[in-house]
Amino acid sequence: MLEVKGLTKSYGKLTAVSGVSFRAYHRETIGLLGPNGAGKTTTVSIIAGLVSPDSGEVLIEGKPVQGDTDPVKRKIGLVPQDMALYEKLSAHDNLTFFAALYSLTGAKAKQAITEALSLVGLSDRAGDKVERFSGGMKRRLNLAAALLHDPQILLLDEPTVGVDPQSRNAIFENLETLKERGKTLVYTTHYMEEAERLCDRIVIIDHGKVIADDTLQGLHTLLPVTNIIAIELDHADGFKPEAMLALAGVKSAALEQGTLRVGVHDLSRDAPGILRWLAENGHSYHHVSSERPDLETVFLTLTGRSLRDSQ
Amino acid sequence: MISFLALVRKDLKLFFNDRRAVIVSLLVPILLASFFGYLFGGQGGNAETSKVPVLVIDQDASDISRGLIIQLGSDKNLDVKPSTFEVAREAVRKGKATAAIVIPKDFGRDAGRALFTGSAKPELEVLYDPSHQVELGMVTGILSGAVMQAVSKEMFTGKSGREMVNESLAQVENDARMSADDRKALRDLLGGVKELNEQQEKTGASGPGESSGGLNMPYQTRERAVTSGQNVEYNGYAHSFGGMGIQFILFMGLDAGIALLMLRQSGLWQRLRAAPLSRTVLLGSRAVSASLIAGFLLLMLFGFARVVFGVHIRGSFAGLVGVCAAFSLMTAAFGLMVAALGETVEATRGYSIMATLIMVMLGGAWVPTFIFPKWLQRLTVVTPTRWAMDGLDGMTWRGLGFSSALAPIAVLLGFTFLFGMVAVMRFRWGTDA
Repeated sequence: MLEVKGLTKSYGKLTAVSGVSFRAYHRETIGLLGPNGAGKTTTVSIIAGLVSPDSGEVLIEGKPVQGDTDPVKRKIGLVPQDMALYEKLSAHDNLTFFAALYSLTGAKAKQAITEALSLVGLSDRAGDKVERFSGGMKRRLNLAAALLHDPQILLLDEPTVGVDPQSRNAIFENLETLKERGKTLVYTTHYMEEAERLCDRIVIIDHGKVIADDTLQGLHTLLPVTNIIAIELDHADGFKPEAMLALAGVKSAALEQGTLRVGVHDLSRDAPGILRWLAENGHSYHHVSSERPDLETVFLTLTGRSLRDSQ
Repeated sequence: MISFLALVRKDLKLFFNDRRAVIVSLLVPILLASFFGYLFGGQGGNAETSKVPVLVIDQDASDISRGLIIQLGSDKNLDVKPSTFEVAREAVRKGKATAAIVIPKDFGRDAGRALFTGSAKPELEVLYDPSHQVELGMVTGILSGAVMQAVSKEMFTGKSGREMVNESLAQVENDARMSADDRKALRDLLGGVKELNEQQEKTGASGPGESSGGLNMPYQTRERAVTSGQNVEYNGYAHSFGGMGIQFILFMGLDAGIALLMLRQSGLWQRLRAAPLSRTVLLGSRAVSASLIAGFLLLMLFGFARVVFGVHIRGSFAGLVGVCAAFSLMTAAFGLMVAALGETVEATRGYSIMATLIMVMLGGAWVPTFIFPKWLQRLTVVTPTRWAMDGLDGMTWRGLGFSSALAPIAVLLGFTFLFGMVAVMRFRWGTDA
């Protein structure tokens, strides 16, 4: 288990993280979500032992990391945000080198390299120099390099930055495999959809502070509405959405490009009344669907700012 | 130890994998060293040197002035051509001639008189290019000897000389201010010269252009380069390959430092720091790999110089290895210090290149330090390059023993320690998260 307790780190007058705490258990994927500059990378750097915190501590299996050579560090694998590979060396040579940093040589190293390359689907490119790889392949190799010493905790600092959707999916599949193998993943991102897809629990960080730490479902309960009914009206001209706020269960109503979005807490209870009201008042419609609010909405609700506006 | 060796092996692999960079690392110093070696004497120290272009304006047209021009023209270091005053002045101004010598009217007559009686000395005007001060010294030196020889020769054996002797004898007899003793001495001297002239006229031994007669320089010089032993010729390539080797290896060390600075800002550094590696392993492996590469480059350079230009290790081979090893370590420590002190890559590259060039220049890698002013020569002992050059020169063409390598090795190791300490103390280990 990874336990982060009250981490605080300042650079001059700038407080990068302030009292950051969370836990990550076996087989759990924790998403550190926040805009750029929120303190995600600093948090990961402190966990990996790259930066010393001003206060607070990081416990791995109950033990703090003490010094550069502490064997506890072997339990951590880091996938840095920047590509951490030697372009002039082959994929195999890169992995051989990184394996040796953890004293893996000979048959053990060979096995670890074979497994890592197989996991990320680069076995057939092992002999090629990294400089000939696409961005997505480099990202996958970047992940493989962190797996060689079989760490229990994998720190992934925005590992999909700048990759195409296909490679991103491949990386997600790799991470899901690792999760199935019992690894603890700490995944930083500012992409909502990534956090929603991968993470069991999401820690939202803003201005260096944890503002929420819960499962996706738990975060949704923080919202004024948990479901949105989207109704595409046949004739939207002159329709006044605020008139619907008087209906039972309706928490919000907005009209946008002919689509009426009505926020409710209980879909099965509130939806029939809304559709009936529309019919009774002569507003025909041709399509109805329901949406769950995304993390963007959660972030907006918690901070008063859009996540994308905060980049 | 596995990690340490892996880090060293990785650096070597990265260096040798970039074959173009390896070739450039070797080719550029070889080309420059070959060029400088040729300029500084080449193999055997007998490379053809260019003659100093000198123009002569003969406004006298006397036997003495003609003799003087012949004397100047016979010097192997001068390329003497006749000219007119205006043309010569323009040529010097444009840098086409280093100097122009103006022989004024009546120079021969006045110089002859001045030789015996101390009357007013005629002036030889020398126009010179101020950017060639060193050559000017050589030209005036050669001119002095040539004038002395031409004037005295004509005075003792030439027609005008005989007339001058007769005229001077008459002056001596008629000079009322002269003391009796001085008059007698000069009468004897000039009488002797007259007698010699008459005797040579009878035997016909004093034809123009003959070498007899005249005051020749009372000595000759025999130039012999002091090298490692008798019959061992100086090889200019030994110095130039040492110098260029030092320069380019320092740049290699600088590059290694810059690369480390860049590494610190990359994901690779984070990955290295996340591994259970001590700081000693991280910096130490870097120092060892840079030292090995530096040693390899020096070895290859001297190997090339040995095969192509016949550069021999005349001194202690162990001493040479020691100096090379100490210099390689110093270079590695220098690179680490650059990485430790540098803020940004761009700024660091700028000031460290400047520092390196100053070290190289003061160390005598480009030109020998003896041409520096005395105070500057004393200052150069604070540069490691000076000691490296002294060590390499000592072990190659000077042929000195191992004991002579001890001081350079000790000083270079001292610099290694100093730079290494600064690097360790100032290195920023945290990432810029």
